[in-house]
Amino acid sequence: MGKVSVRFFARYAELAGCSSSAVNVPTPATVADVIARVREVFPGTRDLPPRPLAALNQRQVKLDQLVSDGDEVALLPPLAGG
Amino acid sequence: MMMHLTRHPLEIDALLAEVQSPERGGTCVFLGTVRNDANVTAIDYSAYDDMALAEIQRILSDAETRWPEARVMLQHRLGLIPVGEASIAIAAAAPHRDAAFAACRYVIEEVKKRLPIWKKELHGDGSAEWVGANDHR
Repeated sequence: MGKVSVRFFARYAELAGCSSSAVNVPTPATVADVIARVREVFPGTRDLPPRPLAALNQRQVKLDQLVSDGDEVALLPPLAGG
Repeated sequence: MMMHLTRHPLEIDALLAEVQSPERGGTCVFLGTVRNDANVTAIDYSAYDDMALAEIQRILSDAETRWPEARVMLQHRLGLIPVGEASIAIAAAAPHRDAAFAACRYVIEEVKKRLPIWKKELHGDGSAEWVGANDHR
């Protein structure tokens, strides 16, 4: 089992009802596995797109990226900087 | 060193002071300002601050690798920004104008692609809407 911090921003934080939390996932696990667990724990996040943008430890990654115990996964709504 | 993220109005003179020098004869400034689209009165900007700061460093570093004689700086404002005020300012200075324009353009395009920043548009009728909320569905 690994414990992964999760962070939600903007509209996704509204859907989740919080801006940060943590989930436990059986390892080895990918970012996609973390998101699947998030959908179970935070019912509001079931409205997230099937493949949301995600960052692992502050870098954008693909959803098949492996996560480790203590990592931080952030779910990013469509970027709108500038 | 100038802060890359601020909750105060952007100060262009301070930005210019970060990049200009006697050997850099061309300076290019880009400002992005809040536009009054569809009854928008203001935009509330929020960020994943830690990642945005890391990403800004990577973008500026990439720009200075591509244009080694250029110096580029950017500031992004967060929080509630009224129509007509700037949300982002980028200054690029180089010995000649071609590199200054190119570096400035590169940085704003990378910002659009890479910075974890979000906007909520506030409308005159009191409603509010996340920009891009209908994408990726």
